[in-house]
Amino acid sequence: MRQFFNQLISFPYFFKIAQISFPYLFLLSISVILLGVLWGVFFSPVDVTQGEVYRIIYLHVPAASVAQSIYYTMVIASVTYLIWRIKMASVFMISMAPLGAIFTFLALFTGAVWGQPTWGTWWVWDARLTSTLILLILYLAIISLFSSFDRRASIDQAVSIVVLIGGINLPIIKLSVEWWNTLHQSASITLSGSSIDNEMLIPLLISILGFYLYVTAIGMRRMQVEILKREISHNWVKRIFQEKK
Amino acid sequence: MRTKRRNRVIFVSSLIASLSVAFTFIVLAMNENVDFYYTPSDLTGSKIINKDSLRIGGLVQEDSINISKDSLETNFLVTDLENSIEVYYEGILPNLFKENSGVIARGFYDYSDGIFYAKEILAKHDENYIPKEVKKALVNDS
Repeated sequence: MRQFFNQLISFPYFFKIAQISFPYLFLLSISVILLGVLWGVFFSPVDVTQGEVYRIIYLHVPAASVAQSIYYTMVIASVTYLIWRIKMASVFMISMAPLGAIFTFLALFTGAVWGQPTWGTWWVWDARLTSTLILLILYLAIISLFSSFDRRASIDQAVSIVVLIGGINLPIIKLSVEWWNTLHQSASITLSGSSIDNEMLIPLLISILGFYLYVTAIGMRRMQVEILKREISHNWVKRIFQEKK
Repeated sequence: MRTKRRNRVIFVSSLIASLSVAFTFIVLAMNENVDFYYTPSDLTGSKIINKDSLRIGGLVQEDSINISKDSLETNFLVTDLENSIEVYYEGILPNLFKENSGVIARGFYDYSDGIFYAKEILAKHDENYIPKEVKKALVNDS
């Protein structure tokens, strides 16, 4: 177990594993997303109150779920970095933050497109929408902090602290719809079951799975790039490129 | 090395501890004013909420919608199943506006005549997603 963990946080080993598994994971994720979204858009039944417009959940829910999960994993990485100074943790954070920002934006955008016909407005300052906007701002702050000019180690330290502090926002997003009156409805899928009809739920779950596979694949690829940037002068990197020739 | 790591652990745990305290305060503060809307019971209760613009939310009460034939005037009752309030609105209603479904109205509550004068009506969707055919079958069964 300990050996496995040590290998996972070693740059050359991770690089090799990612290099081999990326194409499969990427193709798999694209096919699962296509299956879920096309099934949802063309073959699942029409919702009785919302009509066709409900089909946007096949993008909205997976995007929102991924956007929050990325931040959860970044919080774990930030603690790991702050205590053990594991460089892989900071590579992970810098690689995932832009993905988090993109998917948060996608969640907000698809939500607005759905809200306009359904609620009668594309944006309100209720607790769920506002806390999600704060998540987007947090991601953008983390990205800009990473690109600031300073010693690598002090940037990584500062980012980890910001990520950890921003973690406060996560339970607020999750519980906003339970604790307060919001325009956004409460969760349809919970641990105790789902209030979405099965015919609509199955393609949604497939789509969610596809989105998770996609961020895993792209996240691994981005981590490879970040590792190369940091280790460019190391022998193991040179060896890889010599092998290529 | 050992002490260095121990110091980091202390740093991280005190950061997490202070964040939890901050989180509690934020939530307590937000409980006061983060609600997107008031319920009819909030307004008919003893505490008077004097705001030029506020929102009430609830269900549109059954058989309470009166839509004028020659203008855009509408009145209906918003209920939280305990109390209900009459809402007056002039304008276009959202598609999802109907009896027994969620609605949020923004406007002004006149305590003298007990009518809520709405400037904007939003429909609130619930967490249920039901196909048309299933709904028909449910209605036919009952």
